[in-house]
Amino acid sequence: MYDVSARARAMLAVLLTTFFLGSPAHAQSDKLRANAPDDWLITNATVITVTGETLENTDILVRDGTIDEIGSDLSAPGGTETYDASGMFVMPGIIDAHSHIAVSSVNEATAPVTAEVGVGDVINPYDVNLYRALAGGVTTSHLMHGSANVIGGRNETIKHRYGQTDPDALRMDGAPRTIKFALGENPTRVHGEGNDVVPRTRMGVERVIRDALTKARRYAAEKEAYENGDAPAPPPHSEKMEVLADILAGEVLVQCHSYRADEILMLMQVFDDFGVENFTFHHVNEGFKVAPELAKHNAGASVFSDWWAYKFEVYYSTAYNAAILTDNGVTTSINSDSPELNRHLYHEAAKAQKYGGLTDQEALSLITINPAKQLGIDDRVGSIEVGKDADLAIFDAHPLSVYAVAQRTYVDGVVRFDRENDPDDMRLRLDPEASVESAFDWSETGTRHGRCLQDVGRYSSQGTTFWQSGR
Amino acid sequence: MPIRFFSYLLLLFFIAGPVADAAHGQKRPGRQGTYALTNARIVPVTSSAIENGTVLVRSDTIAALGTDVTVPSDAEVIDASGLTVYPGLFDGGTRLGLVEVGSLDETRDFSEIGELTPQMKALTAVNPNSVNIPVTRVNGVTTVLTAPTGGLFPGTAALIDLHGYTPSQMHQSGVELIVLDFPSTGRRGRWDQRSNEEIEKAAKKAMDKLNETWDEAELYARIDSARAATDRSTQDMEYVPAMNALAGVVKGDMPLLVRASKAADIEAALEWADERGLTDQIVLSGAAEGWRVAEKIADANVPVIAGPVLSVPTRDSDRYDKPYRNAALLHDAGVQVALRTGDAENVRNLPFHAGFAAAYGMSKDDALAAITIEPARIFGVDDRLGSLEVGKQANLFVTDGDPFETKTKVRHLFIQGYKIPMESRHTKLYNEFLNRNPGVQE
Repeated sequence: MYDVSARARAMLAVLLTTFFLGSPAHAQSDKLRANAPDDWLITNATVITVTGETLENTDILVRDGTIDEIGSDLSAPGGTETYDASGMFVMPGIIDAHSHIAVSSVNEATAPVTAEVGVGDVINPYDVNLYRALAGGVTTSHLMHGSANVIGGRNETIKHRYGQTDPDALRMDGAPRTIKFALGENPTRVHGEGNDVVPRTRMGVERVIRDALTKARRYAAEKEAYENGDAPAPPPHSEKMEVLADILAGEVLVQCHSYRADEILMLMQVFDDFGVENFTFHHVNEGFKVAPELAKHNAGASVFSDWWAYKFEVYYSTAYNAAILTDNGVTTSINSDSPELNRHLYHEAAKAQKYGGLTDQEALSLITINPAKQLGIDDRVGSIEVGKDADLAIFDAHPLSVYAVAQRTYVDGVVRFDRENDPDDMRLRLDPEASVESAFDWSETGTRHGRCLQDVGRYSSQGTTFWQSGR
Repeated sequence: MPIRFFSYLLLLFFIAGPVADAAHGQKRPGRQGTYALTNARIVPVTSSAIENGTVLVRSDTIAALGTDVTVPSDAEVIDASGLTVYPGLFDGGTRLGLVEVGSLDETRDFSEIGELTPQMKALTAVNPNSVNIPVTRVNGVTTVLTAPTGGLFPGTAALIDLHGYTPSQMHQSGVELIVLDFPSTGRRGRWDQRSNEEIEKAAKKAMDKLNETWDEAELYARIDSARAATDRSTQDMEYVPAMNALAGVVKGDMPLLVRASKAADIEAALEWADERGLTDQIVLSGAAEGWRVAEKIADANVPVIAGPVLSVPTRDSDRYDKPYRNAALLHDAGVQVALRTGDAENVRNLPFHAGFAAAYGMSKDDALAAITIEPARIFGVDDRLGSLEVGKQANLFVTDGDPFETKTKVRHLFIQGYKIPMESRHTKLYNEFLNRNPGVQE
């Protein structure tokens, strides 16, 4: 008896230990929202679905982090938390297709082709910019390698699960792999001018891409020959070639930093020749000049609303870019490339109404369903539809109004930003060693935008010029 | 007759069109005259809004304004039914006109070599034909302070209207301010990897340099004044350009624009100005952490050109919306506040900086004042600018809605009474490429 009872107690202890070290251990890695519910009933809102009609006085039932029901007078199982969103506007969580926040390094600026690296290896979940973005309704960001290299590193699509301290917990599982390409001034300056290696011109940029893809095609063919028994040995393993071959196989989506119309046409021709489909041009300030060609290739365009003239290749720009692209049938998004713009992409999207008169739905598509399509995640996010992830942003006014203030942001049904209840200091990690917290005073430096060339200065012969002007 | 009329129109189309196009190089010029904006909602800013009123612009001046204005027979009438007239927007801190393409040194004329270059004049480098200027003004911004940067005393800032073919035609009321970039103890960005000690050391060195320079400037000015009062007044002083420029501030003839953003730097700047007897002459610019020391700024009675509003917090621990709320918090503490974008190519976003300030706690009226009458008062030009009043300069714009709302469009624009064409590189590219011809090659 005694023995049995002791054994039972021991087993119970093991079970309890497993329980506390098991599921709560996962919760403990969420420093802000551990055990927060992912079931919600949001009531009486104006629901901007983006892909469908805008619904007045509507409820959304969220269960297990997923949109379960949309309708009026919905009822929820007892105990489900309710948020009365009367007078408020619910829109899909905003998606930033181009960001460099929450990574501890941006550029592997050592060679024109670095497909073997990826920013997924350097995710920094402690970056408070993740939270600041949530406070602007952003739920998904595409963290990109920088623009120093013609073929840069792989990117990572994350959700803003701010509070999670395990970097892997931020990844959006199932999101397609993507890679950064860069055309024009940045790679020619870093490599051609800075280090005296090709490319120094836009001719060189094309050759770097064609040569890399040709090698990758041969690599893939040699591998296939070995697998089919037609060759005695596989090619020596190359991580770089593996990634490039996957681009050719359509498994890695190309996201290409670009500005001028000629280089945009060039890359589309290269991709035609190599059979690469489904790619998106970023920045693409001269996209408006070749909008019909972009539409014909079904290429995406991810633009700034109004940034221009910060370098020569964006001098012949227009803030009407997004509208011209949209009106020509190009799947267009507006991205930030900046922790500052990232916080008010809803306002950046609204500028497409000032510049080109897009409808509410077209303007909001620029920061929701369209970037989702470009990143291959539109089956999960980018609109408010039953079955999609409950990534939602709630504003106190129409989000295209300058007066809109985000009130709550949900990621997978979990409240990750709450204007009413969050304390002032939302940092996850405090450094007891730091004597005085850094205050940033960059306002006169002209460097507050863009991080595409971060980490490059120290490698290049032109040093600080890159810091001060690169995007 | 209809046919003849039609032919006449056709003739106008074929001749006047190309002729008008050929007559200008980069932009269609503005035109002065007598204009009556009728049936308008009028927001004078310094008094309450007027419904169904008329604004009469004659030459460069607002000649009449109100509900009982008689429209003279020679006036060109612009029916502004459903539209609203506002005074031109005023950006209190930019680099507009001093840089054309941000990354190209050849076009960056805002930063001269040297720590002490107060003798450099921004007005000299203002390019009246910069493509950035039409891009900016078609959004309602009519007047900006454009300022140099770099070093301790980078030069003089100039107040300019965004119309004119020479810098002096643009120059507003002769306003210039000596700029002081107060020694900063903040980091210049994420890439600034200096240790706290290195930053402190650099700031201390800059502070010593500032004090040493100011001692010299005071001495220089004293000798100069003494010399002027003697019978040797015809003899020239040794020519020291920097001292010559600073003497204007030392003697109290010229204002000093002090840029500082970190709280400790703002406090240090206020103390420095107090010790030097300059408090009445200084205008604080930037002041990102102004909210932290708002009471002290208010006590010193120093006006602030705050901004950019659209920016990230200076510290990781600060609440995310502090930059949006800074202007409101300063205003609530009793500080006189105007706004700035701190930008060059996107000064056009000034109304959105004000809009965000309004969304996050400033009243809409105060936010509008912060980009119209308040900067005019701070720079001492409120007799000419900043509101719609009879006798004031005709800098105004007409919108189809709230000027802060993103989708609002500006319909008409007047600067110095010139009716400015609503076009810029951006509108021209839109018109050319929206429906490109030829389209895609089949």
